[in-house]
Amino acid sequence: MCKTKFYIVLIVFFVMLVSCSRPQGDNAIGAMQIKGSDTIVNLVQVWAEQFSQKNSNSNIGVTGGGTGTGFAALLNNTCDIAMASRQVEENEINLAKKQNIAYKEFIVGLDGLAVLVNKNNPINNLTIEQIRDIFMAKIKNWKEVGGENRPIVLLSRESNSGTHMFFKEQVIRLGNKNNSDEFSPKALLMPSSQAIVDEIYQNPNAIGYAGIGFISKQTKTVSVSAKSSVEFIEPTIENVMTRKYPISRPLYLYTNGNPKGLVKDFIDYALSDEGQKIVVETSFVPINRNEKQNN
Amino acid sequence: MKNRITDYIIEKIIFLCGIIAIVFVILIFGFLLKEGFAFFKEYGLFSFIFGKYWYPSSNPASYGVFSLIIGSLLVTLGATLIAVPLGVATALFISELAPKGIRDILKSIVELMAAIPSVVLGFVGMVTLVPLVRSVLDIPTGLTAFSGSIVLGFMALPTIVSISEDAIRSVPWQYKEGAYALGATKWQTIRRIVLRAAMPGIIAAVMLGIGRVIGETMAVLMVTGNATAIPTSIFDPVRTLTATIAAEMGETVRGGLHYRALFAIGLVLFSITFMINFIADLFLNKNTKKR
Repeated sequence: MCKTKFYIVLIVFFVMLVSCSRPQGDNAIGAMQIKGSDTIVNLVQVWAEQFSQKNSNSNIGVTGGGTGTGFAALLNNTCDIAMASRQVEENEINLAKKQNIAYKEFIVGLDGLAVLVNKNNPINNLTIEQIRDIFMAKIKNWKEVGGENRPIVLLSRESNSGTHMFFKEQVIRLGNKNNSDEFSPKALLMPSSQAIVDEIYQNPNAIGYAGIGFISKQTKTVSVSAKSSVEFIEPTIENVMTRKYPISRPLYLYTNGNPKGLVKDFIDYALSDEGQKIVVETSFVPINRNEKQNN
Repeated sequence: MKNRITDYIIEKIIFLCGIIAIVFVILIFGFLLKEGFAFFKEYGLFSFIFGKYWYPSSNPASYGVFSLIIGSLLVTLGATLIAVPLGVATALFISELAPKGIRDILKSIVELMAAIPSVVLGFVGMVTLVPLVRSVLDIPTGLTAFSGSIVLGFMALPTIVSISEDAIRSVPWQYKEGAYALGATKWQTIRRIVLRAAMPGIIAAVMLGIGRVIGETMAVLMVTGNATAIPTSIFDPVRTLTATIAAEMGETVRGGLHYRALFAIGLVLFSITFMINFIADLFLNKNTKKR
């Protein structure tokens, strides 16, 4: 009795050992991994779903983690397409060259960064310089910008987020490449844009930023004036497309070299009329609406 | 004959399993050392440990972990202050005071507490505890070291309770009988005899609890706010060593300086937990030798 049991265990053990070896044909033509920016992960997810419906033999995995994560994954060869909410940087290109990887860039849409505050905060307008001083902790109380006497709590994204980098370049450094100003170390680094929205919703002291897809009735959106201008502009789709709104940016997909096969089909789909329609549906801004309307 | 062969095979399989675990630990440690030292060579140990700023994605990047170490220690200290009195008191109640029916229920509840995944605790903390801490204490944000301490204290409780309880229960009954025979009250017996005899075990329990707290990642990442400034009080947001590794490991390129910096943080954490486990071991051994 005991012996039979032992043999059964032994057999099971060996079966498990054998099944541990990798099945052949892992890299079937239809499999593709997309990684990167949390900002556009929802958009790419919808693209992937629609695309898979048309190409029934394709199998696409989409995961977030931040723009830096996407670039790193492309370098480490663990994904086929990297999603990005900022352009690839020079030192990243140099690192890639060492490993014989050449980033190929595609702009697939536009996004504006909204500055959000709590609903009960009386502030409606801020100049971009004021926002900069707030995020560098030079302004520490809401009354300094005409609000209530409350301390300001800064909410930022993690440093691997393209949103974080873009905000740093466009707001903290005011688009000046030689400027090396940083976020105040007092800024809270939140793990996702949704976490920022949630904290602003329940904290009257908080200020944060997120893509315009995160604008909702739960929080108040601040109108922002461009550098040395007095006109406060709301982050609407129109204003982002005409580049009137100062904190807006393109959204990218990156591949290793010129895309081939399924990867190329997917990017073509993203840039097609249908793909751009999904951009609007997921509350981003299409690359060029007029052109699309003419078609 | 057949029995001998099976004996032999099983013996070897067990040997192999044991060796594999040890080999893995050594490999992990070796890997940490290799990447960590490569980082120290490039960046310098002193500016790593005592550097004030952690800006890994700037150019040039700065990798100062001083504020992260302070953050980890602050959260751990807070959690210890919350969990130790509660945990030891619970253990005393379960083993010395509670009637048998209640004792069994309490014991299974404590065991159940240990089974709650840390993400769940972190999430519950984020939606309930954080707003509460902010409004009750009237501080700018509820995402603070204090909130982290409460959540982690809760996580360390089951470890502290069950190991202390073991230690308290293994105090020889003769000691207690002797105390009662001399006319000591129940409280006097507990305080002067039971607690004193069980002290090495209780300290070991506390150390293991601290080990769990300092290594915890997900729950802290969600409730402490992750600001890299050096905190001035327990009601400031802090960022811990573990949260930094978890939040940033995805963005690093294999072999890059940032990647190695995270391994160097791992090395710091490893040394801290090693010291804690070593102290715990010291006390546990003392405990067994006495008997």
